[in-house]
Amino acid sequence: MANAIAETNKSHYLASLKQLGADGLPAWAEAIRREGEARFRAAPMPHPKLEEWRQTNVSDIVNTAYTSLVTPTTHNITPDAADGHFLGDGSWTELVFVDGYYAPGLSRTRALPDGVRVAGLGEAIAAGDAVAKEHLGTVLGKRGAFPALNSAFLQDGIFIHVPANTVLKTPVHVLFLTTARPADTVSHIRNLVVLGESAEATVTMTYAALSDTTPYLNNVVDEVVLGPNGHLQWHKIVREGAEGKHLATTEIIQARDSRLESFTAALTGKVSRNQLCVRLVEEGASCSLTGLYINNDTRLIDNALDITHAAPHCSSRIAYKGVLDGRSKTVFTGKVNVARDAQQTDSDQLSNNLLLSDTATIDAKPQLEIYADDVKCTHGATVGAPPEEIIFYFRSRGIGEEAARAMLTFGFAEAVVAEIEETALRDSLTRHLEAVFRVGGHST
Amino acid sequence: MLEIRNLKASVDGNPILQGIDLSVQAGEVHAIMGPNGSGKSTLAQVLAGHQAYEVDGASRVSFLGDDLLELPAEERARAGLFLAFQYPVEIAGITNASFLQAALNETRKSRGLEELDSFDFREVLEEKMKLVEMKADFADRFVNYGFSGGEKKRNEILQLAVLEPRLAILDETDSGLDIDALRIVANGVNKLRSPNRSFIVVTHYQRLLDYIVPDYVHILYKGRIVKSGTKDLALELEEKGYDWIREETAAAL
Ligand SMILES: Nc1ncnc2c1ncn2[C@@H]1O[C@H](COP(=O)(O)OP(=O)(O)OP(=O)(O)O)[C@@H](O)[C@H]1O
Ligand SMILES: [Mg+2]
Repeated sequence: MANAIAETNKSHYLASLKQLGADGLPAWAEAIRREGEARFRAAPMPHPKLEEWRQTNVSDIVNTAYTSLVTPTTHNITPDAADGHFLGDGSWTELVFVDGYYAPGLSRTRALPDGVRVAGLGEAIAAGDAVAKEHLGTVLGKRGAFPALNSAFLQDGIFIHVPANTVLKTPVHVLFLTTARPADTVSHIRNLVVLGESAEATVTMTYAALSDTTPYLNNVVDEVVLGPNGHLQWHKIVREGAEGKHLATTEIIQARDSRLESFTAALTGKVSRNQLCVRLVEEGASCSLTGLYINNDTRLIDNALDITHAAPHCSSRIAYKGVLDGRSKTVFTGKVNVARDAQQTDSDQLSNNLLLSDTATIDAKPQLEIYADDVKCTHGATVGAPPEEIIFYFRSRGIGEEAARAMLTFGFAEAVVAEIEETALRDSLTRHLEAVFRVGGHST
Repeated sequence: MLEIRNLKASVDGNPILQGIDLSVQAGEVHAIMGPNGSGKSTLAQVLAGHQAYEVDGASRVSFLGDDLLELPAEERARAGLFLAFQYPVEIAGITNASFLQAALNETRKSRGLEELDSFDFREVLEEKMKLVEMKADFADRFVNYGFSGGEKKRNEILQLAVLEPRLAILDETDSGLDIDALRIVANGVNKLRSPNRSFIVVTHYQRLLDYIVPDYVHILYKGRIVKSGTKDLALELEEKGYDWIREETAAAL
């Protein structure tokens, strides 16, 4: 039965592709759509029988015939409303997308170093941007039905290019706002970030909603290319609406000696699936993937990490932490593949979970596939309540058990946030945690 | 201030405290010494209200007129009891300042006093930090997180200074401190001594008692106070070791 609905919906998506019409995309971009369509046809829809989706039940998504947005929605968002989500002090470039489409009128563009491009991907494609043309569609692997569907609906998203030897000193913030748009619509958001040799940048992607009652889906694909010796700080903050669902695949390819620091926060939203695939394809590349997830009610959060060590002397580190409450369902997968040639690989992973309710569930598993023999790979996962000895310490200072638990939960999450280098983002997340866990702010 | 009568406590059916009697008057400093495993920390934890210990129904402890054993741990603290832990825990993600502000405000609330906002609390905190010669940045570090052993002990005394209890129990606050750190901790304690504040100081080392001079010294052995005296008892103990106590106790049984 479920399969029949999935198949019907698949035909529905394929049929709705026609709505894109002949929108004048250059042939190379049109080819990405065609390939996406072909892959979508061939790929099974997510289903519990598929290993990747065994623990992650997205039947709600699969069984809904979402209407794909193919033109910008009409909205009356004022610049003030967008400003409320900005992070920077005014000096940052902060681009706003509304329901998946670049909204220049709401964005803050600031002078950038020579050669740096921060723009709507749709514009970049139309302008025949050579860098976009070179990389778009080349990073994403075969990641199943929804990423393929994203390619088939290729239209807009953010495009960032930092050329060789260029340092972007001020962070770039990209804000994807979802409006109270018609129910059961899906935005296919496609982002491309390219850093040249020895380029450096800090990029923060925020997904936020203006409505907590609108059911919608954001189907996101990020393609990221990190050139030799490049350095990227990549932050992704998921603050979707209470009825919003977020399915995302981020695929990152790292050249020789490049460094990636990724931080993913899944804070709100009915479903938040963040697949993060990193391929270390040349020697000396390193990635550090950290994450925080706050799960409660009947929400679903899935962090599916997939690191490929394809070259020797690379290192990868995974450290994800989450707070699990209510009847929420959480999945964490730390897949690490070490190819035969990837000697001297150094890889470790940790998943620490604070379990606040008996009815919340977590499936946390490392998945190591190691074909090289000279490697150092470690993993660990913990799931538990705050230790009684710590609760007693609070009580011995006059703080009752309930307040102690609230403070400890806050602290558990805050300890992750405290590691973020970027001050404005760190402060914004701390404020979010203070509000969620009702812990009083302090003066710093 | 504190009256302990026939205090017996056990863990998982194993008796640890076997009938303790102790009176502490306002302003007094009592030292408790005794070999490893004799029950010193257990006494401290039982007084602070740790749930792991089953207290015998016939035991009586009154603190400032309250039936202490009836109160949950947090109410004991709000009533003015403070325990400096032998092994303070680390709390990631919560700054010293926010932890202590919450603690102080709980106590103030319970006494019908207005809560301090962050700004006013900072002033209190900064003043108290000077008392234990703590660097200002410790206010914004996570509680005990990554602190050295000595820093943790000093942090316990900072908490004592902020919370201003009526009775402070220091469980081996001197252990593992080098002499400079010991002086700072002892100075802090001495500045906090007052006619209406009492101390119970658990220690293994006579050295501490040169700095914090006790009114009484008790020896806890196998869950009982087997000897009490003045500070000279500590000197005698240092000279003779515990064998002397063991023999005397064995002879008495
Ligand atoms: N929570 C507990 N669970 C089990 N046994 C305990 C517990 N607390 C104390 N004990 C036992 O009770 C006895 C007394 O321990 P306690 O820690 O009170 O000794 P102490 O005098 O403080 O020793 P030290 O000088 O080493 O700190 C020991 O045998 C100890 O193992
Ligand atoms: Mg002890």
